[in-house]
Amino acid sequence: MTTLTSPSADNSLLKEVLPDRKIGRVERILGPENYRIVKGLLKTPASILGFILIGIFVLIAIFAPVIAPPVGKDPYKIPRDGFGGEPKPMGTVWKKNVPEIPFWYKAVTGKDEWVHLLGTAQGQYDIFYGIIWGTRTAFKTGFIVVVATFLIGVIIGSISAYYGGIVDNILMRIVDIFMTIPFIMMALIMAAVLTPMIGRSLIPATLALITFGWMGYSRVIRADILSVKQRDFVLAARVAGVKDGRILFKHIIPNAIFPTLVLASLGIGDVVLSFAALSFLGIGTEIGYADWGQVLSFARNWITSLGDYWYIVVWPGLTLMFFVMGWNLVGDAMRDVLDPRMRGKS
Amino acid sequence: MTNYIIRRLLLVPVLLFGVTVIIFAMLQFLEPVERSALYVKDFPKNEKQIEGIIKKYGLDQPIYEQYYRWLVGHVDPATGVRTGGIIYGDFGYSRTGSQPVIDMIKNRFPNTVDLAIWTVFPMLSVGIWLGVKAAVHQNGFIDQAARIFSIVGTSFPTFVFGLLVLILFYAKLGWFPPGKMSDWVSQLIFSGQLKQYTHLLTIDALLNGRFDVFWDAIRHMILPILTLSYINWATFVRVTRSSMLETLRMEYVITARAKGLSEKTVINKHARPNAMLTIVTLAGMQVVGLLGGVVITETVFNYPGIGQAAANAAQQLDVVTVLGFAVFNGFILIVANLIVDILYGVIDPRVRLD
Repeated sequence: MTTLTSPSADNSLLKEVLPDRKIGRVERILGPENYRIVKGLLKTPASILGFILIGIFVLIAIFAPVIAPPVGKDPYKIPRDGFGGEPKPMGTVWKKNVPEIPFWYKAVTGKDEWVHLLGTAQGQYDIFYGIIWGTRTAFKTGFIVVVATFLIGVIIGSISAYYGGIVDNILMRIVDIFMTIPFIMMALIMAAVLTPMIGRSLIPATLALITFGWMGYSRVIRADILSVKQRDFVLAARVAGVKDGRILFKHIIPNAIFPTLVLASLGIGDVVLSFAALSFLGIGTEIGYADWGQVLSFARNWITSLGDYWYIVVWPGLTLMFFVMGWNLVGDAMRDVLDPRMRGKS
Repeated sequence: MTNYIIRRLLLVPVLLFGVTVIIFAMLQFLEPVERSALYVKDFPKNEKQIEGIIKKYGLDQPIYEQYYRWLVGHVDPATGVRTGGIIYGDFGYSRTGSQPVIDMIKNRFPNTVDLAIWTVFPMLSVGIWLGVKAAVHQNGFIDQAARIFSIVGTSFPTFVFGLLVLILFYAKLGWFPPGKMSDWVSQLIFSGQLKQYTHLLTIDALLNGRFDVFWDAIRHMILPILTLSYINWATFVRVTRSSMLETLRMEYVITARAKGLSEKTVINKHARPNAMLTIVTLAGMQVVGLLGGVVITETVFNYPGIGQAAANAAQQLDVVTVLGFAVFNGFILIVANLIVDILYGVIDPRVRLD
């Protein structure tokens, strides 16, 4: 059955059952349900704005070496213009450690020498560099955490749903326990425990985010699997004598995973937000690593004079906000599409 | 109903056990001697002392024995003195606070409660009011504005918002300072002129009839309250709106309109109370979250609650202190969640069937 059209005979009943429209390749690959989700995501102006925002950040991350040519061996180390304590305002001429001037620079700023476009934080860390290279850090940590939490969530959730009974009960109580502990407290503990062993790095915060981030996904996939489990093709597979593991991985999960997958991919915004919060609290990367939360944490020592040094907060703060907003806008549209009560209304 | 409450109560010991196990497991990353802060004040100085302490407090015993000891403590048969035992509130010694962790909690928890009390009202009232307005005028101006407001709100990191209001209202305008109180107030408390009945500064100030102290306390709290409310409003508006929209589509609302009730009565008397059911859960969760200590907000505004203490201890790698706060925090959350769930069961009969 390659094309699905209504029969030529004049049969109004059948006509209602079979849609009288072309079914494209994308829809055939994704299946009608998932196709509806994708279409819903691309329809509202809000989610399109969200995709545009995300797209801009992807471009910044990809072209980071062109936008801000690396100084020294490690591009993720924010270049320092000396070691002075006082932050310097925007437009101050760069004296030490000057990066190469990229081709766009003169056209955009109209200047011949490299200045601190967005000022410097204490210790003369350049804020512009922190933001540009911090975009890569954001995607990197976001991606790692999302993939890991997604895998853990799917494994726990599908085992729980497939076996049911006591297994389900135990696993779901474990989920309850993990949900009780405030994630930020646990992240604080992990950082305090791990930092003396492995030093300041991305690892403690990432681990904390993974350990306390999978519960939501396991609940979502559990609910989806519970409904797929009832379908006839699962029963048919079981009657045919297919093994448990094969039914679960070959038949049930592929049919239930899509909503969780989309949900997880949109979780990057939240992950980056939590990550920045941890960095801000002083838990996370080593000082001077390009990371938005880290740049913001520099402001903590200047609370009384923030009126003068507002640029330490405003630029990285807005960057972080737009990043999270991009994912939230798409996520919002997603929630509408997935909400069963909205089905058929959009 | 009874069934529901019993099932919910049975979950409590499971949660308590699970939470303590996870937190205790984190301790196992430390060397035995570093764990000594659970029981003794001073870090042991020489080899001999270290060995003595490890032996005395069983820090080299199997994990389950250590866990048991940490949980219920250990009574020295000779002297009858109990050491440790988190169920008695003994969380060990805080080296960063140079006092027992429980004293630190006692000092700071009232501040967290104080902040929570004053945040609840603006947070709930404005959030719900805006959500209902948005739903009633669906797709109208207020609805669109509330939508944008809620998306911006959920995207704004707490600490960025906090820092921005600090720039504006403290650094630029000088209206609302960070911290907890002005120097003269702390001198009043120190000299005993301000009697501390409840240890909640605002309430104590009112009980003492010192309105200047009360105003000073509020002045210090306005920015954290604004930050916490704003961040939570975003969620509130969204949930209230969708719950209200759903209720407005119900048939009994149509019936109410059909029998000629005024729009105001339909919304305020018929639709809103039912839409509230969903909101109660969310409100409960938010309030519980406030009580658990709001780590980031307290840190930004340098407000001496339990969240700030935990963050400070973590920065200085004082694991035992952070653990103490985490256990306390977990305990508060479990009890508060229990109360919220049971209340919810009382309000909404449909929950019990589930």
